Amino acid sequence: MKSISDLTDFYYKNLFPTLEKLEADRKKLKEKVIIIGVIYTLITAFIAYNLSGYLDFILFAYIALGAIIYKFLVHDYTHEFKMSVIKPLVHAIDNSLLYSSKTHVSEYLFNHSDLFSKPDRMSGNDYVKGKIDDINIQFSDIHAEKRNRNSKGKDSWSTIFKGLFIISEFNKKFQGQTVVLPDTAQNTFGNIIGNWLQSKNMARDELVKMDDPEFEKEFVVYSTNQVEARYILSSSLMKKLLAFKHKSKHPVHISFIGGQIHMAIEYNKDLFEPAIFSSLLEYKVAMEYVKTLHLAIGIVQELKLNQKLWSKK
Amino acid sequence: MSTSLIVLIVIALILVLMYNSLVAKKNQVENIFASVDTVLKKRYDLIPNLVAAVSKYMEHEKSLLQEVTKLRAEANKPNISDEQKIALDAKVSSALGSIMIAVENYPDLKANENVMHLQHTLHEVEEQISAARRAYNQAVTDYNNAIEMIPTNFMASAMNYTRKQVFEIVETERKNVDVKELFN
Repeated sequence: MKSISDLTDFYYKNLFPTLEKLEADRKKLKEKVIIIGVIYTLITAFIAYNLSGYLDFILFAYIALGAIIYKFLVHDYTHEFKMSVIKPLVHAIDNSLLYSSKTHVSEYLFNHSDLFSKPDRMSGNDYVKGKIDDINIQFSDIHAEKRNRNSKGKDSWSTIFKGLFIISEFNKKFQGQTVVLPDTAQNTFGNIIGNWLQSKNMARDELVKMDDPEFEKEFVVYSTNQVEARYILSSSLMKKLLAFKHKSKHPVHISFIGGQIHMAIEYNKDLFEPAIFSSLLEYKVAMEYVKTLHLAIGIVQELKLNQKLWSKK
Repeated sequence: MSTSLIVLIVIALILVLMYNSLVAKKNQVENIFASVDTVLKKRYDLIPNLVAAVSKYMEHEKSLLQEVTKLRAEANKPNISDEQKIALDAKVSSALGSIMIAVENYPDLKANENVMHLQHTLHEVEEQISAARRAYNQAVTDYNNAIEMIPTNFMASAMNYTRKQVFEIVETERKNVDVKELFN
């Protein structure tokens, strides 16, 4: 697989003509967004001035309508950007991968991972699917939300998970369910109380205490089977997962169910979206696209999922 | 009157909880040892095949093969204690490791499909054993902690619970892990 620096080279060399054209479009779009934004704000201010009294409603409508207008304005540019930047980047990593800008990992698979509570609404985009070293992998941007109804019967939505969701074949056979979550209890309450709280988690299976202290500090493991959890989480995989967590710099939730590994990386933002207000040629912007893609597609090699044990060959 | 009754009930409740948690910990150890036993048995079952496959080639390592066979026979005896099983496991691990290293010296043997298959199966069983051992060690650590820490230690000594032994990783086995990595 190509390294990050290879991909950065690809971004600046092979994609440069496209980027230049897109950059011109982006500047035009930016002006358009600013002008329309100013006019829209002025109109709203004028209405608010004449209709004093409905201020909270006007503010709400202003934000909601503003978001829709913005989405509408950048829609074409976003599509153009994804097809001419993200898609070639994915193909530069591996030509056989499929990319779709509009679909996402199915809700069934998201629920199957058992990492989060069942969402009432799920959206996402930038779906990538294919084989790396003969290992099936798929991932996409996911935004899962829960509906909360207050006493007045009004709905509001809260986020369950927003970030990258990856599913890949796992290299060992197993029957039960093992879930690895970021360790919040032990970090907040210390070892003894934290451990006790974790063992009392009714929503999860049995607590599994791991023998790698560093891993144990970052993660908490629940499983249907004590022995199997350790069969899956060998000492070397624990080290690799820790390294992966440090590399991603975001909370990582992992589960092993039905022969698959599911990884949910909490970015708390929509990934692979074009930035309207900063240049496409900026190193930081480019690196974010490259790094995120590399991280997701790289798990097969990073976690050595391609080294199957004899019985799975 | 009523306060002393409440105090008594609370004390009784605490004692019951302590008693139950100790029993649960002891049972957890036994429960996991059963899975350790299963995977160890799996490995013992592989030994005759392995010996049969390599004995034709290995002239110089006859004593090694005899030792493994002997260890297997010992492990298959009925009524051996958990401690003995743990000790035997350490010996078998190191003996099998030596055989695997010796295999490297025989190119014919290394290329033999049967031996290759055995090696991979053995490798997988070793992974399962390692997982079972780690689970067992954790259960024993929890149990040992409970019988040594205040306040459960008083209850434990009253119940005649004693410390249990954990699986130790033998020095030679650490080396074997590196050799196994080559087969990956």
